[in-house]
Amino acid sequence: MIEVKQLTKKYGSFTAVKDISFSVAKGEIVGFLGPNGAGKSTTMKILTGFLPPSSGSASIAGFDVFNDSLRARSRIGYLPENTPLYTDMRVGEYLRYRAALKGVAMGKVRDAVSDVLAQCQIADREKQIIGSLSKGYRQRVGLADALVHDPDLLILDEPTIGLDPNQIRTVRELIKSLAEKRTVLISTHILPEVEMMCSRVIVIHRGQIRASDTAANLMKNHRSVGELSLEAKAPAQDASEALSKIAGVKDVSSEAAGEWTSFTLRLDANATPGEEILKLAAERQWPVRELHQKRATLEDVFAELTMSDH
Amino acid sequence: MRTFLVQLLREVRSIFYTPVAYVVMAMFAALMGFNFQTAFTVLNQQPSDVTIIETTFVNVIFIFVFAITTSLITMRAFSEEFRMGTIEMLTTAPVTDWQVVLAKFFGALLFYIVLFVPTVAFFAIFHYVSGGAPVAKSVEAIGSTYLILILIGMLFISIGIFASVLVRDQVNAAVISISVTIVYLWLPLMLARLLNMTDPRVTAATEFVSPIAHLSDFTKGLVDSRRIVWYVSVTTVFLVLTHHVFHSRKLKS
Repeated sequence: MIEVKQLTKKYGSFTAVKDISFSVAKGEIVGFLGPNGAGKSTTMKILTGFLPPSSGSASIAGFDVFNDSLRARSRIGYLPENTPLYTDMRVGEYLRYRAALKGVAMGKVRDAVSDVLAQCQIADREKQIIGSLSKGYRQRVGLADALVHDPDLLILDEPTIGLDPNQIRTVRELIKSLAEKRTVLISTHILPEVEMMCSRVIVIHRGQIRASDTAANLMKNHRSVGELSLEAKAPAQDASEALSKIAGVKDVSSEAAGEWTSFTLRLDANATPGEEILKLAAERQWPVRELHQKRATLEDVFAELTMSDH
Repeated sequence: MRTFLVQLLREVRSIFYTPVAYVVMAMFAALMGFNFQTAFTVLNQQPSDVTIIETTFVNVIFIFVFAITTSLITMRAFSEEFRMGTIEMLTTAPVTDWQVVLAKFFGALLFYIVLFVPTVAFFAIFHYVSGGAPVAKSVEAIGSTYLILILIGMLFISIGIFASVLVRDQVNAAVISISVTIVYLWLPLMLARLLNMTDPRVTAATEFVSPIAHLSDFTKGLVDSRRIVWYVSVTTVFLVLTHHVFHSRKLKS
């Protein structure tokens, strides 16, 4: 659905996007992650035909976004960052205008609008002036706008920014339900959201793609993973020595808490020494009341991929 | 074509949604009424061979009102879209840059034409009350008067639209277009006065560009096709410039 090849975008001497290539297949929900200024919005603006690339190419459903812009644009439902809307129009009127502008057949405009009003749960606001709506409602009007011509592809630039937790949940549910029969490219800073919704994650940093995989794989392969905590009734010195001999354990620190001792083990990547440890404890007859291996969160992955300076 | 019409409708609506539109309409109607009344008084003082439609439209007050009105109509056209960021919504929809530029132009032109509707009533009432006194030198002269008003309006609106694509702030846009239109209105006459009024070359040059001279001809019923070509082509130039600036600003934003 989306095909991006060696795309570069420069603003004067600043390179916002540097030679990136990726593709998104039909039906995928792809999360676009990256710190502020990483080039997410720029990439999205190029895909929607708002900005031209400096070099490289991008196509939507086989249509080049620059040379065949109108056809590419008509296949996209786009929600820009901050959801700019005509604040002097009423919700229903605005959506009817947008539907007609995006080529929905005259006789079908009303139906298309009442469909999206219902989908985005704003049917009761149809007559309200957009300028008087709260941020959450405006966001939903923006989404309704993106959906009104029933596009194959949705490009949503931070759709949940500035919303309260309840609104975020509503918008997230909405996007999830929309994604059933569409391809979605969504950028966000809210990582749990990505884990919940996206079938794939693309991490972009300083204009370059750092990773592109499922959230689960990213977390599994995360390098700095590896901390295990153990609480047992065991002599600190002896136990530390024995534990550090287990394969995959880098080092061990311990801290006494009454008659229990809590050990913190740093592990090599992908090591899962839990079974060995329990065996050891059983052999030595140490009572164990806690054994917990920390899993890398998407946040850890994100931090590692985007904090480094190289 | 349908996309253009949809966008045109949106532009017309957006003009009528602003309070400015109604202030402009009211002020314009009031000033034109005053203007008409003055013209009427002048004609009442002594026998004259000019008609009421000439004295109404060929005078100083009207020319100023004209420049300010067209600037007020067009100042928001693009500047507001850039300021609000709605330009992104607009240009990521499947519309061409030309459709956007022309929709804004014709939207403003339609509003401008609506402004003149009450003035038709002035002349109808004059005709009725005076017991059939001629409004213009001929019936066709009424048509040619409104034709030149629309032609000059086209040019001024294209200047206003161009000003509004240049800047992000509508007040700046209005200041630019008011300055440009007023200078255009007065420069030919000032130059003629400063240089040499009697030199036929100067007279010919000022007559060629001066809207005041054109108004004076057309209100008499003298339709000169050179003037039509002049307004249509200069309007086209400003629209092409608008399109180019819009296109390149879109690329930069």
